[in-house]
Amino acid sequence: MATFTLPKNSTIQPGKTYKAAPDAKHVKAFKIYRWDPDTGANPRTDTYEIDLDKCGPMVLDALIKIKNEVDSTLTFRRSCREGICGSCAMNIDGLNTLACLKPIEDVKADIRISPLPHLPVVKDLVPDLSQLYAQLRSIEPWLKSDTPPPPDAERRQSKEERAKLDGLWECILCFCCSTACPSYWWNGDRYLGPAVLLQAYRWIADSRDEATGGRLDNLEDPFRLYRCHTIMNCTRTCPKGLNPAAAIGKIKQMMVERQS
Amino acid sequence: MRQGRVRLPGRHAAGPESNHPMPIMQDSRDADMLGRRTDGSTVRRPLSPHLQVYDMLQMSSAMSIAGRITGVAWSVGVLLLVWWLVAAAAGPRAFAQVQWFLGSWLGLLILVGMTGAAWFHTLNGIRHLAWDAGHGYEIPTMYRSGWTVLIATAVLTVLTWLVAIIAWA
Repeated sequence: MATFTLPKNSTIQPGKTYKAAPDAKHVKAFKIYRWDPDTGANPRTDTYEIDLDKCGPMVLDALIKIKNEVDSTLTFRRSCREGICGSCAMNIDGLNTLACLKPIEDVKADIRISPLPHLPVVKDLVPDLSQLYAQLRSIEPWLKSDTPPPPDAERRQSKEERAKLDGLWECILCFCCSTACPSYWWNGDRYLGPAVLLQAYRWIADSRDEATGGRLDNLEDPFRLYRCHTIMNCTRTCPKGLNPAAAIGKIKQMMVERQS
Repeated sequence: MRQGRVRLPGRHAAGPESNHPMPIMQDSRDADMLGRRTDGSTVRRPLSPHLQVYDMLQMSSAMSIAGRITGVAWSVGVLLLVWWLVAAAAGPRAFAQVQWFLGSWLGLLILVGMTGAAWFHTLNGIRHLAWDAGHGYEIPTMYRSGWTVLIATAVLTVLTWLVAIIAWA
């Protein structure tokens, strides 16, 4: 159900401010969502003033600097710092993206950072992705084939068949798109969301996969697929430049085509 | 909790004193709201902010929301049309009342709004038809079609009223 407001325990209170050194020339304020399970208090927004002359160019550089030098309790996920692991997905300045790929100078005002939207918060900027992973498992994201592969050889694909997977295999499962989707916010218990549907299409589109019919059967449901209303927030926010909305559109078209 | 049965802290459907092991879950995602403190005790996790932080006025979501609002506006607007028709069937006095209301500044404002809503909903519907036929999913195209719908809505609403005024005069 669509609830537009936050539950009582989730409303955000004002927090602490960590001032920059008085001699700092290029100061940027980072307003960061904080929640600590041990205090039991509501989430709050802490403000960290950072001297950009002593900080790397990306938002993740600032987060790491804060954790190293200002406040070691700040909690966030990060790993590769080059946009391939998907760990540092978060909401920065109103849009979901990867902190490691988001230049600080892209944001003119104070930089507001919160966890991926409409998810349970584990701590600070770390959301619980269990639901999304369970939904990914439900579409069986692996090659399903009754035909055994040729002896001592790979399953061959033509260049054209392989090209159909471009724009799909690059997804790193950061879930920026699913958590940017209002439809996923309201119906995420039953709607699979853009990330998982893009993965579903990645296997539907694979010429080597022989389970297309079953995969489409699994998605033929008022909620799993058809809660997509082509809002396009998913494609707009994808930090990898992929197009989940187009992938979902192709699934919908296949649903119609197989009925005729 | 060590008893094996897990109870979500907070939001108890049957009240906090209930012996019911779990509150009645309205939504399966409620299960993920159960968190742990460092000492292992349970805590109800907050829901991360969504509408409160997201940029909803970007072209993608703004057009979607406007599509919903204009759709709802027309569901109500049809009642207005029914009122007008029923009054016309009921007799000259009832019809004159409706005509007076629709001719008042409030009535005219509603009618102009309904015209705009009708054009927007129709044009945005065509945009959706294109998407369903597999066209226009690229972000620059989405922005261009969005602006086209907005500008065409304004132009066609004004044109509709110009034609109406000329026809009346």
